[in-house]
Amino acid sequence: MTNSKSALTAAEARKFNPLVVFSAELWKNKVLYLMVLPAIVFFITFSYVPMVGIYYAFTNYNYVDGLFGSPFVGLKNFQYFFYGGWNSPVWLLTRNTVLYNLVFIFLGNALQCFIAILITEVPGRLFKRVTQSAILMPYFVSFVIIHAIAYNFFNAEFGTLNTFLKSVGANTIDVYGIPWAWPFIVLFFNIWKGLGYGTVVYLASIMGIDREIYEAARIDGCGVFKEIRYITVPLLKPTFIMLVLFSLGGIMRGQFELFYQLIGRNGQLFPLTDIIDTYIYRSLTINFNIGLSTAAGLYQSVFGLITVLVTNAIIKRNNPEQALF
Amino acid sequence: MVNTQKWQGSRIFFNLMAIAIISVVSVISVIPFIMVISGSFSDNSAIIRDGYSLLPREANLDAYRMIFLFPKEVARSYLISTTVTVSGTLGGLVIMTMAGYALQRKDLKYRNQLAFFFYFTTLFSGGLVPWYMVVSALGMRETLWALIVPMMCSSFYILLIRNFIRTIPDSLTESAKIDGGGDLYILIRIIIPLAKPILATVGLFLALAYWNDWYLTSLFVRKNTNWPLQFRLYFILSNQIAISTGGAEHFVGRSLPTEAVKLANAVISTGPIILLYPFLQKYFVQGITIGAVKG
Repeated sequence: MTNSKSALTAAEARKFNPLVVFSAELWKNKVLYLMVLPAIVFFITFSYVPMVGIYYAFTNYNYVDGLFGSPFVGLKNFQYFFYGGWNSPVWLLTRNTVLYNLVFIFLGNALQCFIAILITEVPGRLFKRVTQSAILMPYFVSFVIIHAIAYNFFNAEFGTLNTFLKSVGANTIDVYGIPWAWPFIVLFFNIWKGLGYGTVVYLASIMGIDREIYEAARIDGCGVFKEIRYITVPLLKPTFIMLVLFSLGGIMRGQFELFYQLIGRNGQLFPLTDIIDTYIYRSLTINFNIGLSTAAGLYQSVFGLITVLVTNAIIKRNNPEQALF
Repeated sequence: MVNTQKWQGSRIFFNLMAIAIISVVSVISVIPFIMVISGSFSDNSAIIRDGYSLLPREANLDAYRMIFLFPKEVARSYLISTTVTVSGTLGGLVIMTMAGYALQRKDLKYRNQLAFFFYFTTLFSGGLVPWYMVVSALGMRETLWALIVPMMCSSFYILLIRNFIRTIPDSLTESAKIDGGGDLYILIRIIIPLAKPILATVGLFLALAYWNDWYLTSLFVRKNTNWPLQFRLYFILSNQIAISTGGAEHFVGRSLPTEAVKLANAVISTGPIILLYPFLQKYFVQGITIGAVKG
């Protein structure tokens, strides 16, 4: 009697042993776990192992001694990154990255909304199709093509802009030597490339609005401007807010390819156009300053995590279903 | 009656305004391409004398002829771009479809932990340098692996595929299970055919990302025999960098690329995308819509 009772508790104890539970689950669904395995290996290799490399930020790295052999320098890399008050790299880069992204996000979304509303209301299927195709086209080309376009247009010797200026008898200009022009050029190409994609997203959202609301409004004699103002815009607002909030979560992530292809290594333009991502890239590939580059990257990651958590908390409060986690 | 009159008035005004704005935006979207194409067909000496313009100057095919004088170079880059795009897209699709399918199975006990394991990588990362060191340590430098493997998987796509497969009713897989079909059988025979829309979408976006990528090449591949089209174009466009990094041997045996040749290279590098664009656009639009609704 006592024997069987103790055997029972032993079997029960086995059931609650986490290791046994874990391996039993692995064995039971072995095929499924094997299916996830390649993805797990991928993320361990390219995402989790690199997290160990954050240690580079605290060393004066050299290739001979490697990651853990290089001298430990504490916060020296960060000191360099944070030194200089309003002229410190951290302040200039954060200011540029955040300001550019704010303008990209708000102006981009507003224009995408605007064009989507116009395309919905405008008559003519063929006109809609052709223009939508045209507006979406820039989304498909690489940023190197943007480099080619900017070169073709702004090049001081042969650019289309100067050809035009010459033809009307005006003085030619070297745009690559005018720092203040570049924030606008960068903004233009950002909007230009993203307009079509965003418009499609908002068009999908407008398609989701119940047609009966519009019919009812029409019967009541509502004009097209009122229709947009009192039906479309208010019903698009939640989508707009969600998309803006999601983008704000990534506000520390700069558009590396856009900036690097337009500005490249033109140091004259850096004060107004250098963002964290281009700084990290140059620190790694030109200056080979592993410690500093890692420190800047860590700053970006930590700050970025905070912004995601904050925006997610805001989303959770307003619209729990849409929250990321 | 008064109402209808007013309605028509504002409607006509609105339509005219909307057509004007949309037309202008469409022209701005397309005109840079036209200028690049015009430049590529222009006579080089005309460009040097008068500069680029909206329409080709003394149009000829010299620039293209010049590129195809040494067809091996372009052909090799085409081959590399194609290899990288096809293998990366297929590999990524296989890995992410398997993961997405397993993650939505309700009998998989650790599915939520795994989803978080994937998702966490978008929230926090070690940054560029540690990642760069890992790829280098794996011995991928100077090889095509460096252009393919590091961007094969994205947690966003895995979760997108998972969410889509979730919407497939269980009843469809139940009968296969009763017949004794294994998980792999169910995935290949039932799930994949039904998940075609999402797989096509992810595949197209992945292929586009691979085709347009120059970043991985700039980090990991110095050897010009392993350059895909986009990086080759970047190299040609930025001459100063070319000379400073000692890449001039790339042009040994012929003069530096002339103005028209630069733009002809831009056209050739984008060619396939522009040619496929009319056919694929529909699927991209569907894809963006699926992503927007689910994501």
